[in-house]
Amino acid sequence: MVTPAHFIALSVILFVIGAVGVLVRRNAIVVFMSIELMLNAANLAFVAFSRMHGGLDGQVIAFFVMVVAAAEVVVGLAILTAIFRSRRSASVDDANLMKY
Amino acid sequence: MNHAIVLAGSATETTRLVGFWILAIVAVAAALGMVLARKAVHCAVLLAVVMLCLAILYLMLGAPFLALVQIIVYTGAVLMLFLFVLMIVGISAADSVIETIRGQRLWATLGGIAMLVLLSLVIGHAVIGPAAPSTAKFGDANVTSLARLIFTRYLYPFEITSALLITAALGAMVLAHRERLKPKPTQRDLAAQRVASGRPTPLPGPGTYAQHNAVDMPALLPDGTQSELSVSQVISGRGPSVPAPLPGGPGAPATNGDSQAGDQ
Repeated sequence: MVTPAHFIALSVILFVIGAVGVLVRRNAIVVFMSIELMLNAANLAFVAFSRMHGGLDGQVIAFFVMVVAAAEVVVGLAILTAIFRSRRSASVDDANLMKY
Repeated sequence: MNHAIVLAGSATETTRLVGFWILAIVAVAAALGMVLARKAVHCAVLLAVVMLCLAILYLMLGAPFLALVQIIVYTGAVLMLFLFVLMIVGISAADSVIETIRGQRLWATLGGIAMLVLLSLVIGHAVIGPAAPSTAKFGDANVTSLARLIFTRYLYPFEITSALLITAALGAMVLAHRERLKPKPTQRDLAAQRVASGRPTPLPGPGTYAQHNAVDMPALLPDGTQSELSVSQVISGRGPSVPAPLPGGPGAPATNGDSQAGDQ
């Protein structure tokens, strides 16, 4: 029988994979994709808890998370193209001008 | 949509369990592949697989509206945006394998395992009850129930969301906008530039007199050597797809060129 606990466990695994992706990858676009994966894992947990409680509030929150994630991706990718235009690189290691 | 709801609703427990495990394994495998794949385009496609799996899982959880929004917004819009930006930023931008911080991968993996253990312990200690009895809110009336919530209790967050979206669109336009610093070159300027560059003729096309006429096949010069100029930089930047020179020397490509010309 599929219980909400199954879905929560899956969302934990996906969240950890996304977190490791953010830490490991150097390409800024892939880092963004990993962030999207983490947001989606959180969404899955929201929807599973909504199913467990029998209310729709979790689904509404997941909906808002999707909206915010879309806005975040648009602005983030625009920043990325601007950075790429000025320094011809999409690596997070190359944008270190403010380091020292 | 109704058909899908009926399918999800009428499935037996065993079918649901098998479906969940298949989707979970595919989603986790695709997510791992996304983190491990070297090329950013492969990452985007694998992320699309994860999103689609999650959409079907939402359907199983009684959220048909969110499942469709997930497919339309994530796989339809967000991932296409990712792919467009990949085309702008350069498809050749493969991740470097050099670690800037020493031992970063090892520590990141260890941190990930620690996080997994921590979260598993938290989940294990929490009491996650069984699913609430299925009502119409998780089936046919899902959209109307969600709409009622969004336009009553969550009205202000919803309105603020519209401001957020407008700000994001405006911000993206401002950030992606590029001021033209120099006047636009006219056709006359371009012609003068071309003559001054020392190559007034067009570049050779790929595949001319070569074994086949694929775009990544360099053209052969009269002496049998390959012309690197004939392959687009975008394609040659993707990796060593350009084959090594033919072993037969100058004689062999000539016959190939003849047969190729005959085919065409």
